[in-house]
Amino acid sequence: MQAFIDQMIKDGAFAGVPREVVYAIAMVVTALVVLSVFVAPLAGVTSWLERRVWARMQSRVGPNRVGPQGILQWLADGIKNIMKEDIIPTAADQKLFPLAPYVVFMGFLCSFVVIPFGANLIVADLNIGILYLLAVTSLVVVGILMAGWASNNKWSLLGGMRSAAQIVSYEIPAGLSVLTVVFLAGTLSMQGIIRAQGWAPWDWFMFHNPFTFCAFFLFFTAALAEGNRTPFDIPEAESELVAGYVTEYSGMRFLFFFFAEWGNLYVIGSVATTLFMGGWQVPPVTDNPVLLGMLQFVTFFLKAYFWVFVAMWVRATLPRVRVDQLMALCWKYMVPLSFICMLGTIGFMFMDENGRRIFGALTLGFAIATIINFFRRVGFQFRAAKPELYWKPHI
Amino acid sequence: MTDTAPAQGFFTEDMTISVGPQHPSTHGVLRFVVKTDGEVISEAIPDVGYLHRSIEKIGEKVTYHGYVPYTDRADYLAAMFANQAFCMAAEKLAGTEVTRRGEFCRVIACELNRLASHLISVGTFGQDIGAMTPFVHALRERETINNLMEEICGARLTYNYIRIGGVGYDILPETLAKITQFLDHFGPIVEEFNRLLSGNKIFIERLAGVAVVSKEDALSYNLVGPNLRGSGIKWDIRRDIPYSIYPELDFEVPVGTAQVGSLGDSYDRFWVRIREMQESVKILYQCLKMLPKGPAISKVPKKFRPPAGECYARVEAPRGDMGFYVVSDGSEYPYRVRIRTGSYTAMSIIDKLSKGIMVADLIALIGSLDVDAPEIDR
Repeated sequence: MQAFIDQMIKDGAFAGVPREVVYAIAMVVTALVVLSVFVAPLAGVTSWLERRVWARMQSRVGPNRVGPQGILQWLADGIKNIMKEDIIPTAADQKLFPLAPYVVFMGFLCSFVVIPFGANLIVADLNIGILYLLAVTSLVVVGILMAGWASNNKWSLLGGMRSAAQIVSYEIPAGLSVLTVVFLAGTLSMQGIIRAQGWAPWDWFMFHNPFTFCAFFLFFTAALAEGNRTPFDIPEAESELVAGYVTEYSGMRFLFFFFAEWGNLYVIGSVATTLFMGGWQVPPVTDNPVLLGMLQFVTFFLKAYFWVFVAMWVRATLPRVRVDQLMALCWKYMVPLSFICMLGTIGFMFMDENGRRIFGALTLGFAIATIINFFRRVGFQFRAAKPELYWKPHI
Repeated sequence: MTDTAPAQGFFTEDMTISVGPQHPSTHGVLRFVVKTDGEVISEAIPDVGYLHRSIEKIGEKVTYHGYVPYTDRADYLAAMFANQAFCMAAEKLAGTEVTRRGEFCRVIACELNRLASHLISVGTFGQDIGAMTPFVHALRERETINNLMEEICGARLTYNYIRIGGVGYDILPETLAKITQFLDHFGPIVEEFNRLLSGNKIFIERLAGVAVVSKEDALSYNLVGPNLRGSGIKWDIRRDIPYSIYPELDFEVPVGTAQVGSLGDSYDRFWVRIREMQESVKILYQCLKMLPKGPAISKVPKKFRPPAGECYARVEAPRGDMGFYVVSDGSEYPYRVRIRTGSYTAMSIIDKLSKGIMVADLIALIGSLDVDAPEIDR
């Protein structure tokens, strides 16, 4: 996107207009387009999908009334929440309280600037892409702290404090895991990291060596914790803190927090895909640039959405950890492990090509064996529980 | 408020939070006034009385037969046991015989009710810890039990099934077949539940060694039922003060074994409930096999006037020893009715256990004691 405008300015399309004005207009237009065409429906559909996936895992039906399969449920929810009364408690901080949801939302939305949906489909391929992403997602913690403090509610305050401690701590293992990839790729640019990988699984950084494989899971866990997802959803733990930092919010402001949370899931998935799973890389099947672009977009989207699904699955399965256990997990296990992964990867970079190939193949083999074992266990459980299987897609 | 002043004049102040009466995990309307230093609780004072419905006083104004539906409301999750305890007390006063088939029907209904109650308990416990799916799975199974109960007595929650002298309606053969079918299905479900929740690493970490009740404390605070057995004391009214047909049945009394933490921690109390469900399944199979023929209720006069006197009858309810103390003055109405329930004493120990634990642990503690709001106040 940015490259496209640069090219247009060079060709003299906006002759006579100052560059700054062109960029400012382009920024606003891009933000609006990204927000309305992609992010809002994405977060909405993710919320619907999460409720449906949950419902199926819990032998329920889930929302199925609005639109086919209930896929427009998010629109109904959004309209309902816009029409609700916007309550600002009298005891709350009158300035910070309304501001907090937008800070959270901004932190999440800014990350879409550097997410590469295709070889040419990126808002701006910053040369510090991943660093920028880590920085803007940290804005979320400011918003959550604001919400917790400004609500003037003890539950909110506890939730905000928990969240601040959690997000700040988990940024360290997440950042260190990202560093392993940055070492391998030799660049901080998101497109550069993807170009350093290939379309085939054995060219992905995830299966580069055992340490990156480990780093991937460290990153995913830390990202879940940063996104306040189960099993690390202690800031809004509804059985302990009523609703945590969102206790006093209602209507659209409440929705903005959850908008950011569900949208964040996709950000987590796409960053994991970019860093470890080859991003939009597709096999060279066609020369048509439009077709290739669509293929890249679909590939990237599906890979990213797979990890969104995994996050939903984890949320439906696991209980919540306690706040001290959460900190212990981060500082006692994840930080040292991610350091080891980083150092190990640096060690692997000195290895010759053949040795690296062997270890990469071993890692891939281990992953495949794990997946096969998983399906064997699923089969065993099916035979043991003798569930009534049925196919009723209409409900 | 107590101010603590560590070095360099850094002042911290205790925060007073009111947990409840409208809090997602207080299982009804409980309230705790909690004093915390950040996340660590220094004091949690239970505030009871939000669900007082004068059930005991109402007992003095209605006839013996008419009081049975009121006992349902003493503990709506295990209504059958309150029915049974009151009827046993009335029968003891009047010397009424219960028919043999009636006793079997009582035990079948009670054990099904125990399964339903324990399913709620372990399911909501999982939800308190943050696992949503086991809760829904547990409620799904409870739904089947509710359907069975509807077939047995026409009600799904407040049964009014056990009457003085026997049971209201005989259990039909097709219902018996359905119960067998349910039990065959339920055994594997408990194992699935264990794989999903009880064996989960996070779940165990959250509960092992949390809120440990020592044997001495359990006795001195008068804990009953699974809470007492969780501390390793083998005491079950069904076995130690036998009533109904329990002496003829073969079942184990599960006690806490400290398998993941220390004896009497939250996990032990949870695990005792899971194993009690398995024992209930065993009892139900035996009852279905031994069920004799005959009338379900003996002849009891409509105007039930037990001779003057007093008596105390107790049963082993899901929340422990439930007792009815009934005094008769020879008239149609009981002179006094008093109910002893397990949750009330369980509430009293929360204050002692909550010192030094975290806010999240308080929720786990309330869940592991399985306190049930209507039972506390009656």
